Amino acid sequence: MSMTPLLEVRHLRVEFPSRRGTLLALDDISFSIAPGEVLGVVGESGAGKSLTGSAIIGLLDPPGRIAGGEILLAGQRIDNLPYEQMRAIRGRKIGAIFQDPLTSLNPLYTIGRQLIETIRTHLPVSDEQARARAIKLLQETGIPAAEQRIEQYPHQFSGGMRQRVVIALALAAEPQLIVADEPTTALDVSIQAQIISLIRRLCKEHGTAVMLVTHDMGVIAETCDRVAVMYAGRIVEVGPVADVIHRPSHPYTVGLMGSIPAMDEDRERLLQIDGAMPRLDAVPKGCAFNPRCPQVFERCRHERPDLIDAGPTRAACWLVTDGQRRAA
Amino acid sequence: MSAATGALTRFFDGDVWHSFRSTPVAIAAAVVAFALVFCALFAGWVAPHNPFDLATLELSDARLPPAWIDGGSAKYLLGTDDQGRDILSALMYGARISLLVGVASVLLSVVVGVGLGLLSGFAGGKTDAFIMRVCDVMLSFPSILIALLIDGVGRAMFPNAHDTLAFTVLVFAIALPGWVQYARTVRGSTLVERNKEYVQAARVTGVSSLRIMRRHVLPNVLGPVLVLATIQVATAILTEATLSFLGVGVPPTQPSLGTLIRVGNDFLFSGEWWITIFPGLMLVLIALSVNLLGDWLRDALNPRLR
Amino acid sequence: MSNPLVEVRDLAKTFDVSAPWLNRVVERKPRQFVHAVDGVSFAIQRGKTLALVGESGCGKSTVARLLVGLYGSSAGHVRFDGQDTSVVLKSADALKLRRRMQMIFQDPYASLNPRWRVSDIVAEPLREHGLLEGDEAIERRVGDLLQSVGLARADALKFPHQFSGGQRQRISIARALATQPEFLVCDEPTSALDVSVQAQVLNIMKDLQRRHGLTYLFISHNLAVVRHVADDVGVMYLGRLVEAAPKSELFARPRHPYTRMLLDAIPDIHMSGRARTPVQGEVPNPLNPPGGCSFHPRCPHANERCRGERPQQLTRNGIRIACHAVEEGRI
Repeated sequence: MSMTPLLEVRHLRVEFPSRRGTLLALDDISFSIAPGEVLGVVGESGAGKSLTGSAIIGLLDPPGRIAGGEILLAGQRIDNLPYEQMRAIRGRKIGAIFQDPLTSLNPLYTIGRQLIETIRTHLPVSDEQARARAIKLLQETGIPAAEQRIEQYPHQFSGGMRQRVVIALALAAEPQLIVADEPTTALDVSIQAQIISLIRRLCKEHGTAVMLVTHDMGVIAETCDRVAVMYAGRIVEVGPVADVIHRPSHPYTVGLMGSIPAMDEDRERLLQIDGAMPRLDAVPKGCAFNPRCPQVFERCRHERPDLIDAGPTRAACWLVTDGQRRAA
Repeated sequence: MSAATGALTRFFDGDVWHSFRSTPVAIAAAVVAFALVFCALFAGWVAPHNPFDLATLELSDARLPPAWIDGGSAKYLLGTDDQGRDILSALMYGARISLLVGVASVLLSVVVGVGLGLLSGFAGGKTDAFIMRVCDVMLSFPSILIALLIDGVGRAMFPNAHDTLAFTVLVFAIALPGWVQYARTVRGSTLVERNKEYVQAARVTGVSSLRIMRRHVLPNVLGPVLVLATIQVATAILTEATLSFLGVGVPPTQPSLGTLIRVGNDFLFSGEWWITIFPGLMLVLIALSVNLLGDWLRDALNPRLR
Repeated sequence: MSNPLVEVRDLAKTFDVSAPWLNRVVERKPRQFVHAVDGVSFAIQRGKTLALVGESGCGKSTVARLLVGLYGSSAGHVRFDGQDTSVVLKSADALKLRRRMQMIFQDPYASLNPRWRVSDIVAEPLREHGLLEGDEAIERRVGDLLQSVGLARADALKFPHQFSGGQRQRISIARALATQPEFLVCDEPTSALDVSVQAQVLNIMKDLQRRHGLTYLFISHNLAVVRHVADDVGVMYLGRLVEAAPKSELFARPRHPYTRMLLDAIPDIHMSGRARTPVQGEVPNPLNPPGGCSFHPRCPHANERCRGERPQQLTRNGIRIACHAVEEGRI
């Protein structure tokens, strides 16, 4: 089924001018999200996954700026829009869910007011219609007694409830895409499960695409259709979730999956990748992973690989030729 | 030795120095402040005359205007007062007094304030409540009034006090209202640091509370203190000037800038404006440059703005 | 069975979180208490790892701090090698006891004093206990400790901000091992670390345990990590221990409804696609816990007795469990 992708990112570069020189935080990122699809973006700290989300919403913290590439939403460029136009798109076409529900909601206003304000900003509806819609959204996100709780303030909700309100807010204007940045990291395990299934269900019902940014592979496994693995500001592997997890091609993905303790088997030692992710001002030449790669060879040190077709997934690795990974 | 050079290299590599180099206002303020402090400290060598050595005064040179006005003389660049004292030299000697009193009182405030703040934050409970109530009480009095009160009481108690005692009372009078802001700031920082894991790790190891306060918490709470102290030097100097202007500050044999302003005030309406204006300008310059430095320091040390 | 190294009996800790006296009088508010730890008992054998799991507010971090003497207990006692710790810590032998137990914390950024060099940080326990004489001996030992956690000897001269999270956590481990303790309390030591860094740190901890015969109390909310490191596991909920069992038993046959739900709730990458029921509700406010069994509002098996009567801890086949439904054979 070939459709125009809802979101298309082409060769995105984000840099941070600093006194030590210009740091390249995102280096030639390209991916796409189909309408209604859930794409996971996974990586460790410093890989650039949150930055990708911020760049798409247009909320890069200065002095960070987009230095190259394009971001297209439904075929229209959004990375070079003036502030006012981007503001209209943000909320109406793209919704956002951030990590900390405590700071995502304004503590001084009732949640009803925040919801209604968002709805009326983006949709041409009356006050009563907006209120009815807000109550319906709260009910959909599983908040009991929505008609009474709509008058309450954020501090009167628990952490999990607050995150549900944030989800309701994100969905308020019926966006086509939601960017969720670590939406469950600050929550307890049992609440995580509830929120994950909520996000998945609601997005399927509303037909909203999701870009889920997280470091937690388990969350990705439960929610996403496809996943992109990021390392040092680049995408190193992308593909359907089951394939990336169980049949990874890139050595970093292999190491990552191996270092996660599993619930179904006992191992004496966890697989460990020696060293650490390079800092932005010290990214190695060629493939960024080459100093730590157990299967490195000469070409890796000089030439940077693009995403190459490796069968079920695409991996940025010179081990991959002819659609499959060379045996090590 | 290597620790000192290590610290120096770290400083010059660091963000603070870089911020300094890229903030013209800070550089200008630092240069001015440095020049003023230099003149003040080495007044004996830098000043063209010694205005307090009665032997060098010439009454015939009294009330000369500044050099660039008709009637002035290059020998007295900024003019002279009614006794023939060179204003420029008087400024430098006066600045020395002002700076000495200002810095000494701030040092006293810092030592007392930081100590009490640490104690308050660390001990908690009744000690904390007591110290904070004392702070509240102190803050409800205007600092000038407290200074006047202490000074007045001091003079009454020691009517024939010689200069050192007078200075001590003055320093004490200015320092007394000042320690409160250090105590509060340090208390807040201490409360935060106390719950951090490195303090808990030290407690698990068995380090005593006193040692934890001194060696772990203190170095981490001094940042804001530095900023406050810098700005408070300016305030202290102004307070001293006010007290001297009112006649209850430094003894008249060692006039500070405030004394000079007061003395000059009497001649203002006879047209001899230079006797009061130049000391006033000097005071403004010192206060301004120190304040600007303090402002820059606060922004430079603020991790969020970096 | 030899004497356990650590034994905890009916441990309880209550925090007074009442409003200040003036507010209470003016607004007529009652005093408020949080029973952070409400009657917990367990034992840890030498050389073994006991993991305590639970969600926020369950009291596991408080238990950790009670064990190392950072808090005084409100009730119950802690025995270390047969001695009552609260008594010893007030006596002249306090320092000797502190030498034998140490703690590693969750936040690698707050665990090290940012103004101290690594050498001073790691050497502090050595100096405090007077274990070595002379700067050279101390320097050598600091270098040895850093090497044993996979860092370089030269790292001793650096400052904490020059290291990554995982490396800082290793420095914390080096500091904890300085006095050659027998018992290490680890409060979520890898929760703030990336997955691959976590793997490094967990591997090091296991190696060190084997090499030095260390005993661990490992606090975590991550059941997969717990499964990897623990010998025995205790599950806590609102200050109480609801189930305690050897690891293999707990994961293969969880008995308490909360344990079952917890295991069910974990998003797991290897077992995705299995049918799961997410847990209902949320952890209640610890200021106002439910009566009877504190889990009953969320439990699918709750009956009248659960609402009114607090379940006692029973021991069956080496497994301890506090649940009426299990006791009555209903599940």
